[in-house]
Amino acid sequence: MKKTIQAIVLAIVTPWLGTAQQTPAIPQSETVVIEGATAHLGNGEVIENSLIMFEDGKLTFVGPATTKIARNGTQIKGKGKHVYPGFIAPSTSLGLIEINAVRATDDQDELGEMIPHVRSLIAYNAESKVVESMRPNGVLLGQITPMGGRISGTSSIVQFDAWNWEDAAVKVDDGIHLRWPSSFRRGNSWEGEERGYQPNEKYQEEVTEVEVFLKNAKAYGDGASEDMNPAFAAMQGSFDGSQKVYVYADGEKEIIDAITLTKKSGLKNVVLVGGYHAYKITDFLKENEVPVLVQFTHNLPVFQDEDYDLPYKLPKLLVDAGLLVGLQNGAASNFQTRNLAFYAGQCVGQGMEKEKALQLITGNTAKILGIDENYGTLAEGKSATLFISEGDALDMRGNQLTHAFIDGREISLDTHQTELWKKYSGKYEGDQ
Amino acid sequence: MRKIKLLAFAFLGCGALSFAQQYFPKNDGVTAENNNYTALTNAKLYVTPSEIINGGTLLFRKGKVVAVGKSVNLPKNTVVIDVSGKSVYPSFIDIYSGFGVEKPEKMKSDGRSAEFNASRDGFYRNDHIMPENEAVAKFEYNDTVAKTLREAGFGVVNSHIQDGIARGTGVLIALNGAGNDGDRIIDDRSAQYFSFEKSIAKKQSYPTSLMGAMALLRQMYYDADWYAKGTIDTKDRSLEALNKNKGLVQIFEGDVKGNVVRADGIGDAFGIQYAILGGGDEYERVADIKATNAKLILPLNFPEAYDVSDPYASGYVNLKDMRHWNQAPANPKILAENGVAFSFTLHDLKSPEDFKEKLMKVISYGLPKTKALEALTTVPAQILGKSTEIGSLQKGSYANFLVTSGDVFDKETVLYENWVQGTKNVVNDLTLKDIRGDYNLSVSGQTFKLSIKGEAGSPKAEVKQDTVKLKSKFSYTDGWMTLSFATKDGEKSYRMTGLINQTSDELSGKVVLPEGNETVFKAVKTSPFSETNKKEKEEDTPEMVAVTYPNVGYGYTSIPKPQNTLFKNATVWTSEDAGILENTDVLVKDGKIAEIGKDLRGGKAQVIDATGKHLTAGIIDEHSHIAALAINEAGQNSSAEVKMTDVVDPEDVGIYYALAGGVTSLQLLHGSANPIGGRSAILKLKRGESAENMIYDNSPKFIKFALGENVKQSNWESHTRFPQTRMGVEQVFTNYFQRAKEYEAKKKSGEPYRTDEELETLVEILNGERFISCHSYVQSEINMMMKVAEKFGFRINTFTHILEGYKVADKMAKHGVGGGTFSDWWAYKYEVNDAIPYNAAIMHDQGITVAINSDNGEMIRRLNQEAGKTIKYGGMTELEAWKMVTINPAKLLHLDNRTGSIKEGKDADLVLWSDHPLSVYAKAEKTVIDGATYFDLEKDKQQREAIKKERNRLIHMMLKEKAEGGKTQKPKQDKKEVMHCESGVELFSGR
Repeated sequence: MKKTIQAIVLAIVTPWLGTAQQTPAIPQSETVVIEGATAHLGNGEVIENSLIMFEDGKLTFVGPATTKIARNGTQIKGKGKHVYPGFIAPSTSLGLIEINAVRATDDQDELGEMIPHVRSLIAYNAESKVVESMRPNGVLLGQITPMGGRISGTSSIVQFDAWNWEDAAVKVDDGIHLRWPSSFRRGNSWEGEERGYQPNEKYQEEVTEVEVFLKNAKAYGDGASEDMNPAFAAMQGSFDGSQKVYVYADGEKEIIDAITLTKKSGLKNVVLVGGYHAYKITDFLKENEVPVLVQFTHNLPVFQDEDYDLPYKLPKLLVDAGLLVGLQNGAASNFQTRNLAFYAGQCVGQGMEKEKALQLITGNTAKILGIDENYGTLAEGKSATLFISEGDALDMRGNQLTHAFIDGREISLDTHQTELWKKYSGKYEGDQ
Repeated sequence: MRKIKLLAFAFLGCGALSFAQQYFPKNDGVTAENNNYTALTNAKLYVTPSEIINGGTLLFRKGKVVAVGKSVNLPKNTVVIDVSGKSVYPSFIDIYSGFGVEKPEKMKSDGRSAEFNASRDGFYRNDHIMPENEAVAKFEYNDTVAKTLREAGFGVVNSHIQDGIARGTGVLIALNGAGNDGDRIIDDRSAQYFSFEKSIAKKQSYPTSLMGAMALLRQMYYDADWYAKGTIDTKDRSLEALNKNKGLVQIFEGDVKGNVVRADGIGDAFGIQYAILGGGDEYERVADIKATNAKLILPLNFPEAYDVSDPYASGYVNLKDMRHWNQAPANPKILAENGVAFSFTLHDLKSPEDFKEKLMKVISYGLPKTKALEALTTVPAQILGKSTEIGSLQKGSYANFLVTSGDVFDKETVLYENWVQGTKNVVNDLTLKDIRGDYNLSVSGQTFKLSIKGEAGSPKAEVKQDTVKLKSKFSYTDGWMTLSFATKDGEKSYRMTGLINQTSDELSGKVVLPEGNETVFKAVKTSPFSETNKKEKEEDTPEMVAVTYPNVGYGYTSIPKPQNTLFKNATVWTSEDAGILENTDVLVKDGKIAEIGKDLRGGKAQVIDATGKHLTAGIIDEHSHIAALAINEAGQNSSAEVKMTDVVDPEDVGIYYALAGGVTSLQLLHGSANPIGGRSAILKLKRGESAENMIYDNSPKFIKFALGENVKQSNWESHTRFPQTRMGVEQVFTNYFQRAKEYEAKKKSGEPYRTDEELETLVEILNGERFISCHSYVQSEINMMMKVAEKFGFRINTFTHILEGYKVADKMAKHGVGGGTFSDWWAYKYEVNDAIPYNAAIMHDQGITVAINSDNGEMIRRLNQEAGKTIKYGGMTELEAWKMVTINPAKLLHLDNRTGSIKEGKDADLVLWSDHPLSVYAKAEKTVIDGATYFDLEKDKQQREAIKKERNRLIHMMLKEKAEGGKTQKPKQDKKEVMHCESGVELFSGR
């Protein structure tokens, strides 16, 4: 009996071994109906006994299962299960680096300080094993973001089941990423400095560099310059509002400087990323209508005297103050991004409602990234990018996916890791 | 008076000649010795800090005290100096000085490959061991520097080459500018010095860590012993010197309180009592310091207040550092109260000029003046074993003394003279008359108001005509005053000068009038100078905030003590066969789990209503690097000689975070820089206790081994250390174990042998007395390690990380090894390419004892969630998942008979959770170790408020200090690195 199972497992597994990624799913050909599941819409609402239907990649019905409506197509029993919109990982270098310690696999940080013209999309590895490993945890979309420098480059938003970057793209060149200077810096022990924080004497100088760059970029766009300046040219979408500007800052002073100066420079659609001390100046952020992609919760406090659980409750503090908040983990290793759901779950332990916590990685993020027309929530007319979980997907114990769909296509939940799991489980079962 | 002064100068002139010149030929004149006596009479004479003679006489000749007392018979050839009203003290001694001995130049690093071998022949195998160094050989007297030291009150300093781990001998020097080295050098082998700091001039990479330095010192002593037995054919000048220096005073640079204890521990192991340079933070753990019995040498480099005027910037300053600013000046007082003997040193002070100010601060914090004087005189003399020669004014001592206007520890007191070896050095002119006061100045029929004020030695003057202030210049030196001031219209000026009359209050002399005519002036004193107009900055006893355990934010006011407790009506996760028990009570008595059951009675025990909550055993992390000052000794490919127990950091904030995540025990492992790492420390997180008390009693013995990319140094620029491949890794192990076998055979044979800590440790492994926790990733190396162990007849205890354990789980089960793994880490380096989160489940299913561990200061506080992930990945049951962070790691650490589950008789290491403990929603509400509560959610909330208040209070104190002109420093934060396996490996590779 065991041998048979092994044979079956191997039969399923073998053809995929050695390939880099699961084969992308074919377009949706048949209507899918999920009935009876608890639907978490991603907008704060929940439908206990739900009916969800989608066709040609779009949701055609999201409502209670008690609704009298024809159910044609593939039926999936949802009773006892949960449906969620696909989670969205903003500000991540997924697909730009495969193995941190192997330099040859690293494409996330280009040389140069002000390089908005550098674009992540064309380097995005749609066949990354790390990207693939996001899917069994419900992370189906990401904002692929260049790292390092002052202006790191331009990001694009992709979905995680594609043959190549072109097919993966959901929103091309969606925003530029500006990493604000810090008024304090870590000492360089190689230069004989203490390792701790000390005032950054060059802070103002660095801020001025940003200001000068932005002024020049603006002037370049206003005039009719003969010579092409790629960096200035790449900034124009930030001034006309077609692209967002993601400003990375954590300290109060840095946040205030960053928001004030970017607005003054004529940048529209500014998003704060990081925001470690944003909770101290929520009024300021509200006044300026700045949404926050706050740092992930599984972090240590930066300052010893702070509450041990400050990173855990930080998103809640911002949400409670009335800000639009999403979660990102750009500072972590990419493989960790599959834990996005648990970062949100951590907020629930701090007293946040589960549906609100879910918004941090779905509806809110989609709004902040400007893809909410199609993604982030379950609503009729939107993309059928969603998954079914055996239990509560924000908790490690419940996050067990049975199905996942991107634009209505049912994607594989196998990965390099599940293959190895099956392969070696098979080995031992064969031994007995 | 004036006559005396002249005589004194005359004496000074020949004083230099009076010293030890008898047998030198003299060709520039005739030999003429000054054998006269000198006596200071009518002094308030501090013979010792506690023996004070009012109106005493100090008689000395040829640089040494001949007699001292109330009535001393003065020989006829005595030059008598009457110092009525003045005080005479023994001059100060600094025994931790670098005076006259240049520190070697820092070697230039090419920033690339490390040097593994010693650069010298005929010396010890490690370049940082230099007991053969002699400070006297490098000594060069520098009177410019000596003068600054004398002005601070010092007469004798003990100087050494402040470089390296074993630093060689010191030289005791009298700061006698008039004599020569023959006079000044009191002892050319005055003490032997040590530290934990490598030489800045030497490139040899070992030791790269504190624990490595400690191991090196221990081995050095073993080797010296072995060498002394004459069993080595070759010459080792270092060990010879070390043996020769054995009888000297031994002084150790501790530099922080923890290192005081560490240094003393090394001394204890070899029968040496060091005198130890402290760090100024000893007050935080006085009991531990006192237990060392070491005499301390204390620096006075108290931190300056932080400039906290910018609230953003001030946020960077930790409460810990604000407190230290506030509390550090109390260090000597607290040590004195606890009976710890100490001397003071100028070491680490920016300038000797700061010395008095710092000393005043110490006294304002309540150090008795007698103790302060002892710390500067008798104690340093005692430490050096030189009490008969220096540190007091008893007969036979050097005539090294200070003449002051009064109490040497009073702010206003003037130090007039600092005599060294009977030679006078003037600091402030004793004969200078205080001319401060208000005068009527008459010049050629005109009257001016002259007001002389400020410092008595360098006063300032103000001149007014009627009410108009005139521009003026004034000086007062060598008994002469000169004054010039402008006429009212500012066009011309008066210039005058006069010799001060010692017996009259009148000032008089010659004046040149605006028109150029010369006449005389006269100024009649109308009122004496009074200090009342001076800003009264009355030195109150400074406010001191309370010390906590540890003395950081969220520290406890006292060390937590066990409390009998009854947890009522909890869901109890036993981690035993009993499983999960609903509505169950657990009684904790005397630090143990006394009873588990329903409706228990606890007598006087405090009752905690745990309804709706979950009670579990405390989490145990098999692989952790928190609570450590160093992780890797990376200087050699084996470092079995180093001990993590040497570098436990009981103040790491990470301990509090771990407690707040329900962790009660952990294995502090050495890092993975080398195939054979260091010995582990297994800790209970009894925060507030000393490092020693956090280490398990009768701790099982463990050592870290490592395989793969880290030990072959794949991920940083290092291409010279063996091994560079997995092939080489095997050879390192077989070679070391073979050597260990041979070592043991020799030891058992009865032949003399050289004690080798490294091989001793490996012998313990061979004999099954020490267990290996082996960092491992890929299946090939895992298999190899088991085969090596089997070849040498022992068993690997634990593979840690073991990310490809699932590929060889059957072989592991057969070998009988356990696994401690990450829940879901991978992709960070090449060897984790095949790491899968199902690893724990597969290994478990094959019958392996599996633990989920952290290796990370953040993850350690969520190990309950990480255990929860094994349900998602691989479908573990909740009960088995929970065991992976409690009883399983306890088993791997051989602690399962003591902790790791809720079972009667076991240690009460418990966590009360708000929710299902494997859930992301659960919070630890109470974390209990041995029945004492180390984390309590409610107390944590109170602490947050208290910290806010205390920070605010200290900030106001610092702002006040700044406003009153105190020096400040920029806000900063000494952020501790969050440690992991690879911490410290790059330090020697140059990246």
